Amino acid sequence: MAGTPNDFRTPMARARGLGAAKHGVGHFIAERVSGIALIPLALWAAFSGPMLAKGDFATAAVWLSQPLNAVLAAAFVVVGFFHLRLTMQVVIEDYVEGFVGKSALLMLNLFVCVLGAGLGVFAILKVALLGGAL
Amino acid sequence: MTEATPGVRERPLSPHLQVWRWHATMAGSILHRGSLVGLYVGALILVGWLLSLAAGPDAYATYKGLLGSPLGKLVLFGLTYALFFNMASMVRHMIWDVGRGFQPKVADTLTIASFVFAAVATVAVWLIAASTGAL
Repeated sequence: MAGTPNDFRTPMARARGLGAAKHGVGHFIAERVSGIALIPLALWAAFSGPMLAKGDFATAAVWLSQPLNAVLAAAFVVVGFFHLRLTMQVVIEDYVEGFVGKSALLMLNLFVCVLGAGLGVFAILKVALLGGAL
Repeated sequence: MTEATPGVRERPLSPHLQVWRWHATMAGSILHRGSLVGLYVGALILVGWLLSLAAGPDAYATYKGLLGSPLGKLVLFGLTYALFFNMASMVRHMIWDVGRGFQPKVADTLTIASFVFAAVATVAVWLIAASTGAL
């Protein structure tokens, strides 16, 4: 690098623009707000589990057809995958070094979570609106 | 711009896991992340359950049989613990986020409380399941 104009750039000048993308705070807050929302939703889901485990198809279909259960289940799935996407993103960013591999996993994470939430909500709507009938 | 500057030593790596003495907050940190990865799979299992319910009685019976098998129950038991631990541990992190509870004793107590809460809540859910004959 000797003899090039780069010699005169200070370390600070070289570091500028390479730092954080300034999206960290939004991520941090979204992760915590969705986490708080998931506390009552997950408690509701966990304590609904035994009842559903005891029953059969009809029990589950009737249960999910009730408006409150359908809405809470949809909220649990959507907020859950939103939260999982944010938190898994941090895990990937922490452990995967290469740019291509990291980008691929981050995209896969996004796609899996969007697909999971979409499939979940569609299944809930189908059962809730058609009463489990085919 | 990205090549290493000559004469600058390699940056030190952070110490590896095995040089640390095990303590509560370390176990809590690892299990917090581990439980998250588990719950990621758990969310996909939940979506599978919803899809089987939407697909009809036969698919539902097959899927429920899978979840009700010994291995299925073991996975669900682990996921119940992961769910409750992640929940309690997140509250613990939020206490730290507002700048409180950093004294080693308090931090350890919060972490052990998270483990205990998760154990109690998990046993409670499975006792309810057992008492209603769901198992």
